This record gives sequence, structure tokens and C-alpha cells, in this order.
Amino acid sequence: MSQSEILKVEHLKKYFPVEKSFLEKLLTRTKSFVKAVDDVSFSIRRGEVFTLAGESGCGKTTTGKLIVRLVSPTSGKIFFNNTETTTLSTEKLRMLRRKMQIIFQDPYASFNPRMKIGDAVGHPLEIHGLAKHEQKRKKVFEMLERVDLTPPEQFADLYPHQLSGGQRQRAAIARSLILDPEFIVADEPVSMIDVSLRTTIIDLMLKLRKDLNLTYLFITHDLAIAKYISDRIAIMYLGKIVEMGDKNEIFSNPLHPYTQALLAAIPVPNPERKRKTITLRGEVPSTINIPYGCRFHPRCPNEEKICKEKEPELIEVLPNHFVACHLVEK
Amino acid sequence: MLNVEALTVEYWAKRGKIRAVEDVSFSVGKAETLGIVGESGCGKSTLGLSLGLLVSYPGRITRGQIILKGKDILKLKKNELRNLRGREISYVFQDPMTSLNPVKRIGAHFVEFIQTHEPKVSSKEALERTKKFLVDVGIQPERVNDYPHQLSGGMRQRVMIALAMALNPSLIVADEPTTALDVIVQAKILDLLDALRRAYGLTLIIITHDLSLVLERSDKILVMYAGHMVEYARSLDIYSNPQHPYTQGLLSSIPNIELAEQKLEAIAGSPPDMLNLPQGCRFWPRCYRAKERCRIQEPPLVKTNAEHYVRCFAYEGAKKA
Repeated sequence: MSQSEILKVEHLKKYFPVEKSFLEKLLTRTKSFVKAVDDVSFSIRRGEVFTLAGESGCGKTTTGKLIVRLVSPTSGKIFFNNTETTTLSTEKLRMLRRKMQIIFQDPYASFNPRMKIGDAVGHPLEIHGLAKHEQKRKKVFEMLERVDLTPPEQFADLYPHQLSGGQRQRAAIARSLILDPEFIVADEPVSMIDVSLRTTIIDLMLKLRKDLNLTYLFITHDLAIAKYISDRIAIMYLGKIVEMGDKNEIFSNPLHPYTQALLAAIPVPNPERKRKTITLRGEVPSTINIPYGCRFHPRCPNEEKICKEKEPELIEVLPNHFVACHLVEK
Repeated sequence: MLNVEALTVEYWAKRGKIRAVEDVSFSVGKAETLGIVGESGCGKSTLGLSLGLLVSYPGRITRGQIILKGKDILKLKKNELRNLRGREISYVFQDPMTSLNPVKRIGAHFVEFIQTHEPKVSSKEALERTKKFLVDVGIQPERVNDYPHQLSGGMRQRVMIALAMALNPSLIVADEPTTALDVIVQAKILDLLDALRRAYGLTLIIITHDLSLVLERSDKILVMYAGHMVEYARSLDIYSNPQHPYTQGLLSSIPNIELAEQKLEAIAGSPPDMLNLPQGCRFWPRCYRAKERCRIQEPPLVKTNAEHYVRCFAYEGAKKA
């Protein structure tokens, strides 16, 4: 792992066992699994915004949770600052979590409704025994100011329901930053926020990255936002990365047929533009029964014989542009 | 086709009266698509519901006219209203899971709906008709025997559209029809609505928070803010010549994947509390060109061009609407 990389993920897998009824257990021996994340590898450079994008159920959120170790992987390795995190003890993991934090989608659900904003934002300091009383207050105010919840004295004294959605998400960002982390996983941080306020939250995150030398793993289903915020993007489909590369490369030269269909489906705010659609057959299959060979082949417009037989690997077809498709490889 | 004049809808809440929709006027023609956009709480859904007189207690339409095919539907009797809903106006809502009954087969939804309006139709005939509608929206006719949970989100929304089409209405109001769906499915559903509009000469009203979506899909756009219509024009005019500062702000805050480099601008502040509206123009606390007068007086809706209406003092020289 080179010095410029803050995080590296190798062959990461997460299979969730499927609950069966008693009768099914008696009748069948084979266990079935939801293959939420199925062999994913990538690395994130220090200071960049790396985005995992894809439709619901593609495994992007599970990947994020695996990285901060809210979920334990089935197999695979995660390196953070050259330390392998998958084998760490609970105590070491706690230390690690100071350095990596997560922001969730729903700012309504991520705060205790009976805890004042100031207490909630300062809570991590107490858990980690880093600051108390006056010191804690000072740090909380500083963070609230950083996320533009000013005057901080006033906001610290409010309960979550007294804040708007946008303000609550700012408070969640303040809480994630209070331990001075280096790395933030942001899971759909703006998808529940009104359009006119989204940009302010995204711009705030980008400003904080500069001011505090942060690295982001940004998780979203919205490619238009991904394009605005990211340096590099990985597109996921059914638990696997199908295409990965620099933002501009992905948007100007998408090579995987799934990426192409995804981009064509995004509404473009321009009434003069002629719409071009790429129609995909059927719908996303279940992650329990993943198609054999290339997992995209049943829906792919260019499907060939080899696609049903062999799973394509993620290969660097152009400098820094990785694609998992047999036909692009040719 | 549909003409709405000075429509006002109020809710009586515990803490006071909320004017969810105030003084909204627009018209849509046959086979046209109108997009209604705005953020949460701006009154767009209430506006949609009021078109079929579906606003329920404690809400009430207190003023205005809704004229559908020359008839003022606010003056209709109860049984006439029943004929109107389903046959003239149909709805497609956001969440296809909660709009279908989980313990009823797909076919049963159609049979009940058709027989309520046409009691003479036999169940068998109704089912036959259902199969045709399902084919129309791209679902295999055998699916009439499935339960809602056996269908995916996109298919359920197709079923809802087929159900809305079952009595050949002339107007479909789709309230956030694709918000719960992924982009690829969203594009398919919108293509489907568009194809049906063309094939049957339907009038389509799409209510959404997503301005990009209606810019791409509709002929006209009505922008709502805090219960007011702030701008109303052809989509092309909204795009190339947005006049209200709120519309301008929305346009510059949505990312466009086709642009190489884009600087997004946010609108300062956040939408007002509907129980505690600012005096004067509702947008002034967030407006970049607010003047003294905007804080005191409410601006009227003015006509700035053939089909372009805006609620802002900056265009006062133009004719009052």
C-alpha cells in the first residue's frame, strides 16, 4: 500500500445468510445467502472524494458499513493507513474509529430526540474520554461554527426536532468531525434534503475536506451529484464494481453497458435536448440468485456467448479506467 | 381541457390556518404535460389532490374554480363527482406498495374498480379488460393472479398506471410517480406515461420535486413556493429565461451531467414555516434582489409574455395577470 493511499480494500465479500422456515430447513441442506458485496477491490487516495454509485441493492451501503466495521466481512481485507482492520481487537477498533467516521442518510433518525444538539455532537468526546465540561463545550462550539450552525451557543441548546433537515445534517457532520477523523464515509448524505439546500451541504463537505484534510467515501444513487462532488467513481451492480475511473472519464467515456444505460436514464435539465434511451431488459435480479457468468448478461444489450460462461474481471483498459466486461476487453 | 382559476386550499390546524395553496391558476390542453415543481411543503401535492376534490378534512377548497371540459367541478353533486373520479381524473401516487392492497390479487383491484363505476360489467369481462391494460403497460397478462408483493417496485407502479387508465380518463395526475424508484426504472415509467399520453390523447400532470425531470418531460411548468405559484411558463422559457429568483436559484442548484464543469449555486436560507409566513413576498428572506417593498407588500402575479407568468415586483411594468 503506497503512502498516498489512505484506504485499501481487497476482495471484500459480505454474504448474509437467508432466514429459512423450520420446514425449509428440514427439506433442504443448502444454505442460501444474499451476496450483498461479492469480491470488491479498490483503494482511496488521501484527500480525494471517492464515490460508490449504483441502484438500490447493489451493495454500496454495505461496503461503506464494512469499511467502518459496523458489519464484519465474510472474507477479504481492509487496510486503513497500512493497518489491516479486519483482524483488530475491539479495543484497537475503538481507537481506529476516531480516525474514520460515518454520516448517514436520514438526519431525523440519527439523533436521539431527547438529547440536545450540543450534547449529541459532544457525545463522541465523552465516549472516547477525550474531553469534559468546559473543554468539551469549547470543542462543540468550534465544530458547530465550522458547519455554519451559528451562533453555536443557541444551536447547542436546541433539540433535534427544532432543527430543519438541512441543519440536522450539518449537526450530523459536526458530530462526525468532532474526533478529528481523517476519513469520512458519507452514505447518501443529501438525498433526504430539499433540492435548494443540497448544494450548501455538498459545498460545506468540500470546504471541510480542504480545511481539515479529509478523505471521503461518498455513497449515492444520484449520479448527477456524484459527478459534482467526486474525483473518482466506482459503479456497482449486484455486489460488484463494474466500472471505475476518474469522474470525467466515466462520464465522457463510459464503457460498461450498465454504466451507459445508467447515464442515459438520468434526466437532463434541458428541454431542447433529444432524449436517447438505452432500454435494458427486465429488472435487477435478486442477490440470492446471481446470474452465472457476467452478472449483467441477462439484461445486457450486447450479450455474447462468453458472457454466460465466464465472469469478467475488473481490468484496466485505459490508464486509470477499469471495466469488468468481456466485450470491452476485446 | 383543464382550467384552474385562483384556486385556494386551506387547512385548519391546531395552531392556526394554513393556506397550502393560494391563488393558483393554470390551464392544460389535451395531450399536454404540465409539471408542478416545488420543495417539500410547498403545496404541490395538495394542489394535485384538489383537482379531483380529494382534499379531505381539515382541508378545504375555499376559493377558485376548477373547470374540466367546460364544467366547474366544484359545483358537481356527489354522484356526479363519483363519475368524474376514475373516468375523467385518475391518480398515480408515489408509493406503489401502500396504494395496493397486500391481500388482494392484482386482478381483483381492477375488477373492483371497474365494477364500482360500471356495475353491469361481469367479473369475467372486467378481468379480460384488465389483461389488455396490463399488456398496455408492459406486464404479462398472467400476472393478474399475483399478489402485490410478488411484483417489483417498478412493476407495481406499472400496475398503478394501468389501474389509473382502466376507465379511460382524460387526465392523469401523477404525484411523485418515480421518487421511490431507481433511475433506470424511473426512465422506463416516464417513457410509459409519455407513450400512453400520445396513444390516448391523455393530459398528464406530473408533480415532483425534481426540476430536471419536468424540464425534460413536460410542455409547461408551474413552480410553487410556500403555497404560491411563483412562475408558470412553457418549459423552454423556464429553462432559457427563468424570471423568478426562486426558479433561477433552483435551476442553478441542479447538477447537469452533460456539462463538463459546473458551479452549483445554492439558495440561501430555507423555506418558511407555513404557519408563520414572512410578511410581503414569501421568498424575500432568501431573495438576492429583495427590496424594502418586498418585505411589506405581496407581489401580484404578472404576465410578462404570451404564456409566461411570474410573481415578482421586478416585472411590474408587465401586464397584471
